[in-house]
Amino acid sequence: MSLRIVRPGLLTTVQDRGRFGLQHFGVVPCGPMDPVALELANALVGNRGDEAALEITLLGPEIAFESDALVALCGAEMEARAGGAPMPTDRPVLLEKGTVLNARRATLGSRAYLAVAGGIAIDPVLGSRSTYLPARFGGLQGRALRAGDGLPLIGRVSAISQGRYESLQGKKTFGRLRSVSWSAPALTLPAREPIVIHAMAGRHHALFDAAARRAFFEATWKVTPDSNRMGFRLAGPVLARAEAGEIISEPTCLGTVQVPPNGLPIALMADHQTTGGYPKIAEIAAADVPRLAQLAPGGAVQFARCTLEQAGELRRVLRQRVDAARRALAWDYR
Amino acid sequence: MYAEFGDSRTAASGGVDLETNQSLQALAAALRARGLPWVRDIVPALCGVAVHFDPFHPALPARVLEEFPALLEDAFKAAGKFEDSGRTVEVPVCYDAIYALDMDEVSGTTRLSPSQIQKLHVSSKHLVLMVGFSPGQPYIGGLDPKLAVPRRATPRTVMPAGSVAIANAQTAVYPYETPGGWSIIGRTPLRVFDPAREPASLFAPGDRVHFIPISRDEFESLA
Repeated sequence: MSLRIVRPGLLTTVQDRGRFGLQHFGVVPCGPMDPVALELANALVGNRGDEAALEITLLGPEIAFESDALVALCGAEMEARAGGAPMPTDRPVLLEKGTVLNARRATLGSRAYLAVAGGIAIDPVLGSRSTYLPARFGGLQGRALRAGDGLPLIGRVSAISQGRYESLQGKKTFGRLRSVSWSAPALTLPAREPIVIHAMAGRHHALFDAAARRAFFEATWKVTPDSNRMGFRLAGPVLARAEAGEIISEPTCLGTVQVPPNGLPIALMADHQTTGGYPKIAEIAAADVPRLAQLAPGGAVQFARCTLEQAGELRRVLRQRVDAARRALAWDYR
Repeated sequence: MYAEFGDSRTAASGGVDLETNQSLQALAAALRARGLPWVRDIVPALCGVAVHFDPFHPALPARVLEEFPALLEDAFKAAGKFEDSGRTVEVPVCYDAIYALDMDEVSGTTRLSPSQIQKLHVSSKHLVLMVGFSPGQPYIGGLDPKLAVPRRATPRTVMPAGSVAIANAQTAVYPYETPGGWSIIGRTPLRVFDPAREPASLFAPGDRVHFIPISRDEFESLA
């Protein structure tokens, strides 16, 4: 074991890019709530991008490293300390064997990703290391991490970490921590609330009455405390249907906004059910799902109506920004 | 027969009847056979097929959603006839009151005795129409119309794993303990989904299903 959980935090799970190709058996991809932050965290430690990392939620864990490890903490800004000093974030940090990382509280955003050179070396289940909490498989025994859990890193993690650190440009120490003077940009954190999330009218948009159709795109919605990796429940005006009637169960997607009979919308997130029978008022633009995922309970969001073409453009812009950030890191890795 | 869904997924849809469901299964198979690298998941459901794609895949056509109807049409033409998977899944079920939590209610609604309900459920010609909601959960059509009951007004917060439940014209078998609004008439000791098993899912679309009544003792010895 090379990484030991001293204190688990609120909800810390193992996630890689996700488990694809099994939705026709009811198996949702899971994976990171904020795939952009995970991708950057992996890139910062020299991983190819599909390695497993830890997803940290709101209250971070305390983790003891039992070998040297090159790590990067991305996504939500955390009050994190390592080896008794503030932990530099959004950049590679070489932690020495015996270092304790204490991630504490998120001060901006809600989900941080801790990547380690070589990834978390647990066995994949059905092709992925992502934790599937509702079905209790994947990750570490299909559950959130607990105090005392040990997670294996790759065999040569010390040598690989030191080698990768040596290859970095712009080295800088922060107290006793070895890191670099540059950092990756945060692309998904909420700048100012309410955040604006783009969404298209959903398949059942026309089934809602005029007031509901207007309210969805005009109201400020609050993420409720019972939101989780399956879905964000939103508090705001009650959305009424023009006429009742059952919807036949049909596939749901990441970013689908469905409205159960109580009239309060639920945005489906990484662990959502693969099919559902509630009407869909909207579909969130794929590029904006990671930013919504960073909103903490109590956070405010407005939906801006967009077209399919605009959603495509948002996607291309986000991809360009992630690629630009990655190229900058690759240059530093030589 | 075609509807847009969002910018990382798209769907085809039709009505909910056996013929539509079977043509959608055939369509899903034909799409799968194309082996498109940017397609992540193809999900045939009761009356629609969702196609999930990687919105950031380098090979994703720039105008994928505009081009998709033509691609669907090609796949429809290439699709063979789908009747069933050729498999029959035997599912032992204990219909005893200890597991059949809603049997009394179903009995009241249908005016049938629990033993008549069991007999009609066993003799219905069941066919898996889709697998969805949670891993391995089958939506099984073919329920005898005499057993058609609406969804419960108040869903149960807990449906025990293995629950065999009915609503409208269908039967579901719950792989995991989840909330649910269907009426429970029995329980199977089988593991519906096991990621360590090959195949992990007991059921696949197009499977015929035989429910086989077992006693409480048999249930306990199999569980």
